[in-house]
Amino acid sequence: MSIIKTEELTYVYSAGTPYEKTAIDHINLQIEQGEFLGVIGHTGSGKSTLIQHFNGLLEPTSGKVYVDGEDMWADKSKLRGFRFKVGLVFQYPEYQLFEDTVYKDISFGPKNMGLNEDEIDNRVREAARFVGLRPEQLEKNPFELSGGQKRRVAIAGVIAMEPEVLILDEPTAGLDPKGRDRILGQIKEYHQQSKTTLLLVSHSMEDIARYAQKVLVMNQAKVFLHDTVDNVFAHAKELGEIGLSVPQVSRVMMGLSEKGFPVNPNCYTVQKAADELLRVLKGGNANA
Amino acid sequence: MLKDITIGQYFPGNSVIHRMDPRMKIILTFVYIVMLFMASNMVSLLVGILFLVVIYAISRIPPKMILKSLKPVVPIVIFTAVLNMFFVEGDPLWKWWIITITKQGVMTAVLMSLRIVCLIAGTSLLTYTTSPIALTDGIERLLSPLKKIKMPVHEVAMMMTIALRFIPTLIEETDKIMSAQKARGADMESGGLVQRAKALVPILIPLFVSAFRRADELALAMECRCYRGGEGRTRMKQLRLQYFDFTSAFVVLVFLAGVIALNHITPALLPFLVI
Repeated sequence: MSIIKTEELTYVYSAGTPYEKTAIDHINLQIEQGEFLGVIGHTGSGKSTLIQHFNGLLEPTSGKVYVDGEDMWADKSKLRGFRFKVGLVFQYPEYQLFEDTVYKDISFGPKNMGLNEDEIDNRVREAARFVGLRPEQLEKNPFELSGGQKRRVAIAGVIAMEPEVLILDEPTAGLDPKGRDRILGQIKEYHQQSKTTLLLVSHSMEDIARYAQKVLVMNQAKVFLHDTVDNVFAHAKELGEIGLSVPQVSRVMMGLSEKGFPVNPNCYTVQKAADELLRVLKGGNANA
Repeated sequence: MLKDITIGQYFPGNSVIHRMDPRMKIILTFVYIVMLFMASNMVSLLVGILFLVVIYAISRIPPKMILKSLKPVVPIVIFTAVLNMFFVEGDPLWKWWIITITKQGVMTAVLMSLRIVCLIAGTSLLTYTTSPIALTDGIERLLSPLKKIKMPVHEVAMMMTIALRFIPTLIEETDKIMSAQKARGADMESGGLVQRAKALVPILIPLFVSAFRRADELALAMECRCYRGGEGRTRMKQLRLQYFDFTSAFVVLVFLAGVIALNHITPALLPFLVI
């Protein structure tokens, strides 16, 4: 069953002024329960606007959003409930920390849900474990932590609400490669263990290829492609035309294939490409 | 939703008024205010209104903008009008119990209201046609004689410029933080006064933290570019008075003279319009 569904979803910024801009234009989408969806697109392609509709932060100009089959805007008093169902981690989430200990900050969401003390305690510790924070760090002041650690705290703050859908808007922006791999690895692990539906907005085709199962490509306020990773990256040419590219390693493999090497050009991760090259090379040796 | 707030009401354009020297615009705005207060009767005030209409037309600011700038002063205008109407003594027009409305009262009320409206519309034109940066530039240059008595004119102007520059940034930041806290279930729309004040804490703390961080970064960036205050500092865009600045000064003075002349002529020609 699809957990998030949109019908003709449209959002117009500053309607009726000279600055009017259609951010998303008649979007029809279905996101299935439990999938790991990568969302990609240029700055201004509408991806941030789109994800803010999934937890009711923006009200559609027209069209509908359904979460778990329920129309989100049918009853405005229930809106807050959807925010707990669909957890959204913004870009640079470390700038939203405000409490004096890490523990209190992570418990802000669960407290707003009205859970009891024991449940909150469980969830905070569980969320901290998922993002790789040590128990003794929970009593620290978040402003004393490093940038990467602050970001983990902020992500834990959303995970602690145990949402059915977790949306992360560029969770690795501004982190070094090591920090990026760690956070994405933990997110992947969280997805596997919790069976949560996961949306990952990213600029990096490499990251999407490596972690996501499906990809949503946004271009100029519309859905450009929405399919499995293999099917999306098979459209290398069209992606190039809208200024996006396939992962570097795929370009290498495609180049090799064009030059007449008998490799499968559809390899999107370094690991896959390495395996493929080894296979061809070994095969080549055997023939020689 | 916070994006709808306009601060620094600059309305971009390329009219001669927009291109005027900000110093001249500031001075002429002051002259215009003096003109409004010198106008002692309807006819001479009409000259002030005519002047306003003409420069709004030249600057191509939509009339809608005048209404927008007048909105906040409507209560003051009404208050002034009512006070004048009831408390100015003279020939009674209408009487009921202890309330008397006099002919002089009505005329003063109209005169005062028009004066306030013109005052706001006139000064708004300055901010509509001058970018905040040009405005602070102009203020700095006009106040520069005060440097002689050790007033930190340049520093004050720089502070104003930085403050103006960061208003939109901070609004955007507030918007982002509010969304982020709402996403964590923060409830800002319901509850009593105390609860609402408490709900602001998760927004204000991150906002302050980021404001200090930005200030730190900006100070560092300025020092890296060897900023050391106004002493010996030159400008990329020098303010220079152009031909049009002098023309407009002349026009304003002609209008001022017209107002003074009409102040004296009207009582003789149209005595019923004089209070």
